[in-house]
Amino acid sequence: MGKIYERLMSDVRLQEGLKACINCGTCTAVCPAAEFYRYNPKNIVNIVQTQDDDEIIKLLKSDTIWYCGECMSCVTRCPRTNAPGQVIIALRTLSVELGYFVESEKGRQQYALAKVLCGNILNYGYCVHPETFKYAAHPEYGTVGKWIEDHLQDVYDRVGANYGKSGPGPLRKIAPESLEDLRKIFDVTGGSARVEKIKALSRKKAEEMGLSEEEYFNEVFNETHGEHLNQ
Amino acid sequence: MNYEGKKRIWSEFQKEIPDDRYFYARSCIRQNFNPGAEQAFLDIVRNRFGKDFYEDPLHTTCGGIAYHSDTTPEETSMTIIARQFSLMNQAGYRNFVVSCVTSFGLHTEILQTWEEHPEIEAKIHELLWKACKREFTKPDFLMHSSDMMYHYRFLISEQARYPLINVHTGEPLKVVEHIGCHYSKIFPSKSVGGAEYPRVLAGLVEALGGSVVDYPERRHCCGFGFRQYLVKANRGYSLTNTYKKFESMEPFHPDLIITNCPGCNYFLDRWQYVIAETSGKTYGDTPGYGIPVLSSEEVSALVMGYDPWDLGLQMHQVAVEPLLDKMGVQYDKSRKYKGVGGKDLGIPASPANIRIF
Ligand code: SF4
Ligand code: SF4
Repeated sequence: MGKIYERLMSDVRLQEGLKACINCGTCTAVCPAAEFYRYNPKNIVNIVQTQDDDEIIKLLKSDTIWYCGECMSCVTRCPRTNAPGQVIIALRTLSVELGYFVESEKGRQQYALAKVLCGNILNYGYCVHPETFKYAAHPEYGTVGKWIEDHLQDVYDRVGANYGKSGPGPLRKIAPESLEDLRKIFDVTGGSARVEKIKALSRKKAEEMGLSEEEYFNEVFNETHGEHLNQ
Repeated sequence: MNYEGKKRIWSEFQKEIPDDRYFYARSCIRQNFNPGAEQAFLDIVRNRFGKDFYEDPLHTTCGGIAYHSDTTPEETSMTIIARQFSLMNQAGYRNFVVSCVTSFGLHTEILQTWEEHPEIEAKIHELLWKACKREFTKPDFLMHSSDMMYHYRFLISEQARYPLINVHTGEPLKVVEHIGCHYSKIFPSKSVGGAEYPRVLAGLVEALGGSVVDYPERRHCCGFGFRQYLVKANRGYSLTNTYKKFESMEPFHPDLIITNCPGCNYFLDRWQYVIAETSGKTYGDTPGYGIPVLSSEEVSALVMGYDPWDLGLQMHQVAVEPLLDKMGVQYDKSRKYKGVGGKDLGIPASPANIRIF
């Protein structure tokens, strides 16, 4: 049994989500990612169960583990009550911990995700916030989305939201003491360390690729190069 | 048929829902895209049914979207959620209601993990104390907002002004129900009806007079996929999965799609616009219109006679007017895009292939 495998198995999500797979392929049949990407959750489960560190490391450096949408449809249907989606979360966690995520195009996207989502949580107290969810980056927000953005306060006022103000209600301004609590929670639970790690390794990768931080962000957020699609 | 046996099997999927004294945790996505739905939900439960429903302004995101985008450790979300429980304790409540399906799934998973691994719960007590000098006890009951609409479905139906009946034909409206994956696919026994035959939305639709459409891809994911939508380069994943659902439901001519997840609601709404603008195709039975996509709260409020624009239905991209007309809802077309006191806010640009009013 390899060291990487052992480390993976120390993740409680893997202990709960991985029993002997019978290779029935049910998870792959229902998987929305398997139809779109060159992705097969059954193979992921198989590779982990080989306990072969070299194979697992290959997986941690690959695009493959980043194709899953964490919908957990596979969890409901697996006759062995396995949870391939949870195995994926454990693999992604390890890929970040070991710094392998920057080796793949899809893994590098963690930089944009960490920057935006953790920024939203720590700056606003929300995962998604109108200050950072913009029509320009989300054209599918539609003409109505553009209209909302152009009249933000008026539209939110009209439908009874409490945008940017104190007190309860939708999109209320989260009080400074609550934001401070979130920051401290991030610090003591390893959230801040995880974000810092993603940022530091990404900066290093950006340098290697000859890109500024901003160029690197735009590259990982917007561009797709490899042969990802299941055509 | 062995009726007793059937009852026993299904008893696993009955959900006990308390009748009063709720603590509310809002959804980040719903607050951004459909805040009126949250306000109507609270108003219905508080003012129409006279229940005690508390919101503490100090609560925050649970961090669920960041967690499922693999940017934060599970301990971070566990501790944020423990802080929300602490706020609930402090306010004197035991029944915790979440409005987001991602959040509901994460709360369920965390409570389950603590149940099976008390050492992890003990660690979270320590971390919360270290970070915020707070203590907590777990809620007695955890509900999603759609559980509440299901629980109150007969009361809603008693107060129905516009049931889900086509006023022109007298036929029940054909309703597609889309349940967010994390509502019941991870822990089926914590939902109303389980993952294979969830009742939470179907039961509500039937109580309000509609009929539920069964179609091949009924249980397929909307395609959110967290990183698969949030990162622009991956967004084709999200669109493709939604497209698959629309192609599958099209032959059944649905009048309405009802959702319990604010994310699914957004995707099923906005991707119809993208499909129309990129391929010219619309799915509504009125040419040039899409299929309106409303949440369980919005449908309940509409049925109970709330004004569609007070409810914020103008924030959906797909026009709801064909549905309002079928239900016989009285509404003022000219007020759709107006601000408070009739303030002129202009109107959204008209897309080429799908109408917005
Ligand atoms: S959780 Fe991932 S592997 Fe499982 S069905 Fe969803 S996309 Fe596929
Ligand atoms: S559904 Fe379960 S048993 Fe079947 S291949 Fe997938 S993980 Fe293995």
